[in-house]
Amino acid sequence: MSASTNSDGLPRWATLALLPAINLGAALVVSSLVILAIGQDPLSALAFMVKGAVGSGTGLSYTLYYATSLIFTGLAVAIANHAGLFNIGGEGQAYVGGLGTGLVCLALSGWPWYTVLPVAVLAGALFGAVWGLIPGYLQAYRGSHIVITTIMFNFLASALMVYLLGGPLIEHGQMAPESREFAESTFLPAVKEIAAGLGYRTSTLPLNLSLLLALLCAAGVWFLIWHTRWGFQMRTVGANEAAARYAGINARTTIVVAMAISGALAGLVGINELQGVQHRITLNFQAGMGFTGIAVALMGRGHPVGIVLSSLLFGALYQGGAELSFEYNEISPRLVVVIQGVVILFSGALEHMFRPALVRLLKPKAAASAAGQRA
Amino acid sequence: MSRAIRAALAAAALLSCAFFVPGSAPARGAEAAFFPGVVFDYGGKYDKSFNEGVLTGIERFHRETGINYKALEISNDVQREQYLRRLAEHGADIILAVGFSQAPAVAKVAKEFPEIKFTLIDGVVKLPNVQSILFSEQEGSYLVGMLAALSSKTHTVGFVGGMDIPLIRRFECGYEQGVKAVAPDDHIIANMVGTTPAAWSDPTRGGELAKSQFDRGVDVVFAAAGQSGIGVLQAAKDAGKYSIGVDSNQNHLFPGSVLTSMVKRVDVAAYNAIKAAQDGTWQAGVRTLGLKEEGVGWALDENNAKLVTPEMKAALDAASAEIQNGTRKVANYDETNGCKY
Repeated sequence: MSASTNSDGLPRWATLALLPAINLGAALVVSSLVILAIGQDPLSALAFMVKGAVGSGTGLSYTLYYATSLIFTGLAVAIANHAGLFNIGGEGQAYVGGLGTGLVCLALSGWPWYTVLPVAVLAGALFGAVWGLIPGYLQAYRGSHIVITTIMFNFLASALMVYLLGGPLIEHGQMAPESREFAESTFLPAVKEIAAGLGYRTSTLPLNLSLLLALLCAAGVWFLIWHTRWGFQMRTVGANEAAARYAGINARTTIVVAMAISGALAGLVGINELQGVQHRITLNFQAGMGFTGIAVALMGRGHPVGIVLSSLLFGALYQGGAELSFEYNEISPRLVVVIQGVVILFSGALEHMFRPALVRLLKPKAAASAAGQRA
Repeated sequence: MSRAIRAALAAAALLSCAFFVPGSAPARGAEAAFFPGVVFDYGGKYDKSFNEGVLTGIERFHRETGINYKALEISNDVQREQYLRRLAEHGADIILAVGFSQAPAVAKVAKEFPEIKFTLIDGVVKLPNVQSILFSEQEGSYLVGMLAALSSKTHTVGFVGGMDIPLIRRFECGYEQGVKAVAPDDHIIANMVGTTPAAWSDPTRGGELAKSQFDRGVDVVFAAAGQSGIGVLQAAKDAGKYSIGVDSNQNHLFPGSVLTSMVKRVDVAAYNAIKAAQDGTWQAGVRTLGLKEEGVGWALDENNAKLVTPEMKAALDAASAEIQNGTRKVANYDETNGCKY
């Protein structure tokens, strides 16, 4: 990834900031055309989206809440990607990880949240890691393709949770397939309680303490990938597995470990969604966050800083979309999915569309400034 | 150093683009006029079944009074609470929550906004500002069960439920009682599409279950399965058997094949709740709508008139009258803790 950054003479700031901005702009133009085709005013619709996502404390808090889950799954996809593995199983790993977190919260009724949290984090990470480790093992030792096995593990996770929530875990005498509510003492402090502690009043909002955990994980992933021997081994295996093996790296162990860490990160989604917000194990609580994590990791170019930023963007799209359908009866919530798809298309798949033109536009200047520096 | 400054400038430019909001947003919903809101559950407002029934009721209110409403469809769990709260903050006079899955969200938000009226359809929340509307599905199912037994020539009738929950068991139990009331020796074959909400929207599986029931001798099948039921009705049409629709009047879908529909008047319930809120006659508490309140019933129109003989109609009308005056009891699955009658 980094090798291509400057090979065509495009300055680094253009790759990091200008190109994503242009891609995003193009995505917004296409989205505007779609909104126009529905017969709505695209400018005011997009304005509502932006305003709904970041224009108020409430909107911003929802954006950050969505971003929290996306940071976890985005990091999960990125770390596997550094080891050359395309982990599509974030969805299932998040689901099963949430089971671990949920079971801990159910078992430790009455404990204060700060003692429950470490256990819940460990359990979520462990459950998620196991769900990532098995496909990793099958890839490393049996040659089963990781894409196929992780997709299949998503279905297995879904079937497992349906069985558990429809049977053993369901609260007796209720319709919805959900566990009973966790004890109130185990709830993660949300922004309302934190603000109350500081003397402010807010309405009930989903944003909670797990955002800090997500940011810690981002820092941890950065350290792991670029500042440890493990990270070096993963990147080497990802770049060229045969060469890594020749250099004496145990590629098989590296693959299994990378998938386990990847699964563990995805498994932490449950801390935000279950211990933080739902306070019970619900069906499909991860709601596509694992899949969106793939787009987040692609757009963030596998770097934790990029992942945090693109998580914010996608969180804003989720929340802005919710506000959009609140304001416009005519705009279906599906339109938001269209806009997300267009953003992914332009910033992920068509990433290099504008690049050659940009190179031509900036090259004389880049060459001149390079010459200036030399002089 | 200069590279860092340029990067910062580019980032600032990007951010200012993102924050630029053209024009000022018009303030909506702030006026004092009556303003109802509704939050639909998964499946959305055009599901041809339960949610759409509520939409029909609100549309009727809108047509009659010209009053606008706000209808919201969720795309993840968190949005239930978010939308209920946003409607409350916007000053909605009454908020309709559709479906039992919304009960925990309604309980939370109704506590925060004690002055706003909430009506929950198909679930129960016991708070002083929440009206919970339930239906006596067993009573309507009892009548269509009788009709199934009266129409069956193979003395075997079928039932296809959507998601395996007590609510659908209530349909099944009422149906079984109706069948047995007419023909105590008839067989009933029952299947559920699944155990998750996905079971409401899987017409393929619904159709397959119906076909397997036909192979085992069923010639009348009752589908209480939301959208999945459409597959059951289609399979019955293809196999030349009878089917029974649910929730909305589905007789028109396959005239001549759909024997009748067990209608659940969610449209009337939704309309009445909003109307009552406007009139000031709205009351909190649990309301159960049965045959007497015309909350449930069986559909007879020009599409199935030829399938229902006068004798059948007379038998159903008599049973309906007996249920309404209390001389004929239909057991409720939830109250009897299983289908005991």
